[in-house]
Amino acid sequence: MENLEVLQVILFFAFLIGLTPLLGNYMSKVFSGEKHLLLPVFGWSEKLIYKVASVNPDEETNWKTYTFSLLIFNALGLVMVFSLQLIQSVLPLNPAQLSNVSWHSALNTAISFMTNTNWQGYSGETTLSYFVQMIGLTVQNFVSAATGIAVLLVLIKGISRRSSATLGNFWVDLTRSTLYVLLPLSIVFSIVLVGQGVVQNLNIYETAQTLQGAEQVIPMGPAASQIAIKQLGTNGGGFFNANSAHPFENPTPFSNFLEMLAILLVPAALTYTYGKMVGSVRQGWTIFSVMLILLLVGLGISLYAEYATNPVFGQLSSMEGKETRFGITNSVLWSTSTTAASNGSVNAMHDSLSPLSGMVAMINIVLGEVIFGGVGAGLYGMIIFVILTVFIAGLMVGRSPEYLGKRVEAFEVQMAILAVLAPSMVILLFTALASVTNAGVSSLNNAGPHGFSEIFYAYSSAAGNNGSAFAGLNANTTFYNLTLGLGMLIGRFGVIIPVLAIAGNMAGKKITPASAGTFHTDNWLFAGLLIATILIVGGLTFFPALSFGPIIEHLLMNKGITF
Amino acid sequence: MSTKQNTSLFNQKLLVQAAIASFIKLNPLTLIKNPVIFMVGIGSVLTTLTVISGLFSGNFSSFNFQIAIWLWFTVLFANFSEAIAEGRGKAQAESLRKNRTQTLARRLVGNREETVSALELRKGDVVICEAGDVIPSDGEVVEGIASVDESAITGESAPVIRESGGDRSAVTGGTKVISDRILIKITSEPGDTFIDRMIALVEGAKRQKTPNEIALSILLSGLSIIFLLAVVTLPAYFGYSLTASGLPSSQNLTIPVLIALLVCLIPTTIGGLLSAIGISGMDRLLQRNVIATSGRAVEAAGDVDVLLLDKTGTITLGNRMATEFFPSDGVRIADMAHAAQLASLSDETPEGRSIVVLAKAKFGWRGHDIHQRNAVFIPFTAQTKMSGVDLTDVKGTVRQIRKGSAEAIRSFVQNSNGFFPKKMEEKVAELARMGATPLVVAEDNQVLGIIQLKDIVKGGIKQRFAQLRTMGIRTVMITGDNALTAAAIAAEAGVDDFMAEATPEDKLRRIREEQANGHLVGMIGDGTNDAPALAQADIGIAMNSGTQAAREAGNMVDLDSNPTKLIEVVEVGKQLLMTRGALTTFSIANDVAKYFAIIPAIAISLYAGKDGIGPLSALNVMHLGSSESAILSAVIFNALVIILLVPLALKGVRYKPMSANNALMQNLLIYGLGGIIAPFVGIKIIDVVINLFA
Repeated sequence: MENLEVLQVILFFAFLIGLTPLLGNYMSKVFSGEKHLLLPVFGWSEKLIYKVASVNPDEETNWKTYTFSLLIFNALGLVMVFSLQLIQSVLPLNPAQLSNVSWHSALNTAISFMTNTNWQGYSGETTLSYFVQMIGLTVQNFVSAATGIAVLLVLIKGISRRSSATLGNFWVDLTRSTLYVLLPLSIVFSIVLVGQGVVQNLNIYETAQTLQGAEQVIPMGPAASQIAIKQLGTNGGGFFNANSAHPFENPTPFSNFLEMLAILLVPAALTYTYGKMVGSVRQGWTIFSVMLILLLVGLGISLYAEYATNPVFGQLSSMEGKETRFGITNSVLWSTSTTAASNGSVNAMHDSLSPLSGMVAMINIVLGEVIFGGVGAGLYGMIIFVILTVFIAGLMVGRSPEYLGKRVEAFEVQMAILAVLAPSMVILLFTALASVTNAGVSSLNNAGPHGFSEIFYAYSSAAGNNGSAFAGLNANTTFYNLTLGLGMLIGRFGVIIPVLAIAGNMAGKKITPASAGTFHTDNWLFAGLLIATILIVGGLTFFPALSFGPIIEHLLMNKGITF
Repeated sequence: MSTKQNTSLFNQKLLVQAAIASFIKLNPLTLIKNPVIFMVGIGSVLTTLTVISGLFSGNFSSFNFQIAIWLWFTVLFANFSEAIAEGRGKAQAESLRKNRTQTLARRLVGNREETVSALELRKGDVVICEAGDVIPSDGEVVEGIASVDESAITGESAPVIRESGGDRSAVTGGTKVISDRILIKITSEPGDTFIDRMIALVEGAKRQKTPNEIALSILLSGLSIIFLLAVVTLPAYFGYSLTASGLPSSQNLTIPVLIALLVCLIPTTIGGLLSAIGISGMDRLLQRNVIATSGRAVEAAGDVDVLLLDKTGTITLGNRMATEFFPSDGVRIADMAHAAQLASLSDETPEGRSIVVLAKAKFGWRGHDIHQRNAVFIPFTAQTKMSGVDLTDVKGTVRQIRKGSAEAIRSFVQNSNGFFPKKMEEKVAELARMGATPLVVAEDNQVLGIIQLKDIVKGGIKQRFAQLRTMGIRTVMITGDNALTAAAIAAEAGVDDFMAEATPEDKLRRIREEQANGHLVGMIGDGTNDAPALAQADIGIAMNSGTQAAREAGNMVDLDSNPTKLIEVVEVGKQLLMTRGALTTFSIANDVAKYFAIIPAIAISLYAGKDGIGPLSALNVMHLGSSESAILSAVIFNALVIILLVPLALKGVRYKPMSANNALMQNLLIYGLGGIIAPFVGIKIIDVVINLFA
């Protein structure tokens, strides 16, 4: 690594750490209904939305009603995106005259964007019209992220409220997080991106003459507006197939820096919001530290693996699958961030990562997307691990386990286990299914452990609602579209519903005041314990699968065998 | 402590009984109550079937056979731990029961007395007990007063007073009347006395899982399901890798190997020991002569963060004691002390005796001096509130020495035309304000001085409360004294808070308030009017000497009737929860090493070069001898660790009062870090031994 690259990594984390309390504090004001910066600007439209939708913002519901609203809203989104794709040829804004999408690909994409996964079995510029990209996908980019925040808000209320039956109003939480957080950030960010050269138009595709005299079609479109929210909302679904490796999506080192920062910005800031809203900023920082440490360890291993001399080719560092514009450090920083944060956008091909950095990407995902993770989703996933840690280790202080004064009892443990079990089940079972059936194996481009990694990565990405692909796997088949689609649904709602149930159950409990006998969850000891729990639970579940994929591949590579 | 006799950890009889019971517990209906061990049971059956079918098809595998044996041992060891805990509980209960002999009762029918067996007594019968009689059943004294030897149940040799009415009316079957005569109304049916019911609970006959145990079982079952998924998907991954390595699919993992891996991963250690830990928690209370009505209560004891403690008996010694003499102007202190002693010789109350003792300690006055004089003792009565002595010297003049309350002495001196000095009045008021009890000594019409009586705070209690504070437990002193007195004692004893002039209703209200604020409250009480508070408290310990109402209301009974027991009960509760957490952590941490033993062992052939050793053997960090010995060592370690940890499960982890953070740190080091390292060492040793014999 060169000095400038080291400096850039340091700058990246300095910005991340610096922006966390700023944005976090702002969001806590927005979500607690306090006065804030943008209330005078957008306040009228919030009122208007409630009026049009005939929502009473002061009416609070219990967790079951909340869950019902959330599921209905998401289901409608799914139907909408699914149908738009099936009839896009008759819809406007289709200058490339793209035909209707196959039902299984449309279903997969609809699920993918509704669940904030943004797995893309298709390539944007040759499959979807501007209309579908804007009305279908971009809308879901906003509301799927807002849904994640809403679930987190319910959990916060469940933890911080004393003996309460209600947990807020889904429509209010959804509106506020979209209107005051995601929309303003995206507007500012897309303008900056346009300034850097990201395209934003409704023109027809350009045809250019290359130097060799060949004809090349250059796709256009309203990219900047979608890319802003794609990064900020941990969506990751690229406007173009090459995602942020495409020069129209990510033209300059500066845009690259901002896009990377945007991946982690909101999930990181939410930890501060969390601390603020549960009444102790330290709690938020402890969780932030855990996430940061896990991210840095992963980043360190990845950088080491990418810069290490490849024993097969004998060359220092490997540039295969990377943009020369970005180089190794920026590619690895991106690949680590995007897998940690459940974003899934890429600026390099993960399939070409060395086995160890590929494994770091997989581990980031299979640990449950809790290292910053998706907007809202990462934090509520992390709190599931907090609950498990508190339950196991909390007993060791000689008290029934409690978190922030709330008892952790059978129901919470049951739901927390379900939330851990749901994505793990998807990954383990579907990987097994795909690796022994012809439908699964026939899509592979690579043999041996690398092929296995491709399958394992695909289902991990789906279940973790990450959306990035290891590539090398043709996933646009009926088998993969359907199994991955199912995996995304289970991975999303198999966690959301238990989390909402925990929130509902905890809200009704009393709060035991802290004392010297209380198990503290805001110090380094706890941070260490939480890291250990995440690594041990995740590690024990996936160690065999990782052994047969990247670990074996790494060991073989050292012997000079590649796939 | 009579019940301590059977508490040696293992005696031979217990061991044999437990060993037999571990086979009886193989019954699937019993086994299914413990999902983790049930899973091992199914694995054992499947492996055994594989071995048998191998036997018939002529390819008997000694490896599979050994796996099967050790899997069965895993189940048996888990059963054994539960059986031995139950056995110890039974032994404990037996020793309680043995003391209750088959006695004869003198039943009163009308005015007639008839002798019947104690077993025939029904609720409502009235029996007579006189000195030397064994009380036939639980009951309430309806007439008379007697001293009763309760050592049979409490182990305490000093007799206690039982009398009709009031808070000391309950008597327990099996105890012995040693003086006087009482009429007892029987309050329970035979075999269903209070103690009978509690013993049944202790024996585990009615044992139910506690809330925390249920939550932990869910966690363990959940983890088991995750590991089950990891293991059932393994043949698919393995099959893919075999194909990729160009190996035949017939080399895929066998059922015994998969089951071995599964059993090593699922939390069998804590799963196997969980019920033993719960039972032994109640057992440890019993060793302290406290009977808990449920395991739930023991668990709640660990959570209590507010203790309501009665001042008398818990914080202070039972009675007030003389601590100082304050003479009037012009009176020598030695003379005053002498007079005070003389006046107290006939006062048999503890206060009176303490004055004699103080005079003796300070000035060496001895009571026997009095015999040389012509003395008439005036004993203390409730009416006069004075005691004293009239001394007649050789000339026939009579000295009247009196000691008593300020009011009594004032009228005494005024009757003889004396007066109560202003300065002494002030001193009396001052002492009362400070929480002491002033007694005044007078001779004839002259006030000699004031004796200060004070509550004596028990030695070491201040340190005890400081310990409780570090554990995060707040102490509240309950007293009938006025606020000033209470504050002075509270400060001296170092309690966090006090309630002065507390009525039973105040106590109940206080408990409700604390609970509304999220606290869990523990208290100890004995009187009938304590019953509502005992019932309301999260931990209500009734003293065995208390009324039946109090005993029914609480969720624990202290057979020793010792109010400081509350603190020990809290410690037992904490220790129970800690043991559970520590062994859970240990059990999960163990898995890391097992993976490193088993994965390289099963995957050795994958992508192998010409030497037949695949790349994953790099993970064989323990350098285990062979694939088979590696798997076998992991399984054996997994089984043995259960039996090795049985003593820890029964005794509980070492417990010292300390803050939550320190406790966590200590337990993490031992059971977390230890849990990761121990199996690496253990599996390696077992592997070396196996390869010695192979």
